[in-house]
Amino acid sequence: MSGDSVQIPAGSQTVGPYFRIGLDYLIERTPALTLETGGVIEIRGRVSDRDGSPVPDAMLEFWSASKVGDKLGGDGEAGVFPAGFRRTATDADGNFSIVMARPAPVGPGVERAHAPHMLVLVFARGLLRHLVTRVYFADEQANQGDPVLTAIPQERRATLIARPDESRANVYRWDVILQGTGETVFFAW
Amino acid sequence: MINPSIVELAIPGTQPEYHFPPYLSSIPRSPRMPLVLLPKTLTERTGPVFGHDLLRERDNDLTAQHGGDPIGERILVHGRVLDEDGRPVRGALVEVWQANASGRYQHKVDSHDAPLDPNFTGAGRTLTDEHGHYWFKTVKPGAYPWGNHYNAWRPAHIHFSLFGAGILSRLVTQMYFPGDPLQPLDPIFNSIPDAAARQRLVSRLDMERSEPNYLLAYSWDVVLRGRGDTPFEERHR
Repeated sequence: MSGDSVQIPAGSQTVGPYFRIGLDYLIERTPALTLETGGVIEIRGRVSDRDGSPVPDAMLEFWSASKVGDKLGGDGEAGVFPAGFRRTATDADGNFSIVMARPAPVGPGVERAHAPHMLVLVFARGLLRHLVTRVYFADEQANQGDPVLTAIPQERRATLIARPDESRANVYRWDVILQGTGETVFFAW
Repeated sequence: MINPSIVELAIPGTQPEYHFPPYLSSIPRSPRMPLVLLPKTLTERTGPVFGHDLLRERDNDLTAQHGGDPIGERILVHGRVLDEDGRPVRGALVEVWQANASGRYQHKVDSHDAPLDPNFTGAGRTLTDEHGHYWFKTVKPGAYPWGNHYNAWRPAHIHFSLFGAGILSRLVTQMYFPGDPLQPLDPIFNSIPDAAARQRLVSRLDMERSEPNYLLAYSWDVVLRGRGDTPFEERHR
């Protein structure tokens, strides 16, 4: 197969219950950031199912295209861990946490209208294909003009917005509900 | 008419539906609300790039990660990672995990009464080379029972996780072995509606790469979403 032949992308299959064997290493090899470093945030949340039960075997991956975190993650030099990417997995209670650079608005051009956000991929046993969602930050004025956020029915918009934790600076709370009351908005792909 | 500014949808039949009742775990965990179309912004057009410093020696030789040889049929699994134009995806991170030859995972929640192998963890990762090629040396995983329905057994498979050019080319899937009679009985395998698409998850016995008196080889090419014009994350200072 040498170029120019149209190929059909491979089908997805569930990550299953045992992915930590193969995927935890990347979490372990990710350069650690601390909240004491300027421009770093933590997002804490819980993944739950239709019944409100915790999902203890979910993996989440966060992607930010904004370049603000480069100096934090060392991105920009070949072979250095990408600052805009983090992987995490839920614990026995369905809880997860990531610590990474706070995303900036992505530009240029019309995309300047986009509020700071990250793309989030959700993998779990029971998900034959991963889910795609976005997370925004409640304390960003730009949310009001964000074309993705404002295209979502008002009553579901809050599912994509992380809220500041009143007790700790730079910590946000954002839950993922796979199905049912308060179901998170997921995107088609 | 394809709207280039919207994230394109998968070709019908080639991907599983989220809600697939024969796979019981999908019932309480799959969304019921309609999925929302997503504009293709810089966020969707870019993705992480991983370097060789992420990897360790023997990360792609699952038979050499402990003091001795794992029990089982020694195999080479190799192939190419391609984009939708059939062009190689270079520097793609490929991660794998699997059961041992007895059908047991080195994982605390696996309660299957089959022996663990002290010489086998069943995890590996590598980056594709300039031709999009990857390889792993491992042992052939065993079939194992699971609780989905009465007498349910998963066909032998290796879990694959891949990163291509752009976050939307991300793929987690499973590679199967040719001629496995459990495949037609497996709800996870059969969650992909199109028969040809299912067969693309089945590797091919590769006698050219098999080594006499040493190992059998299986070849499996993976096509990721995206085309040659999908930029990798731009490097900058």
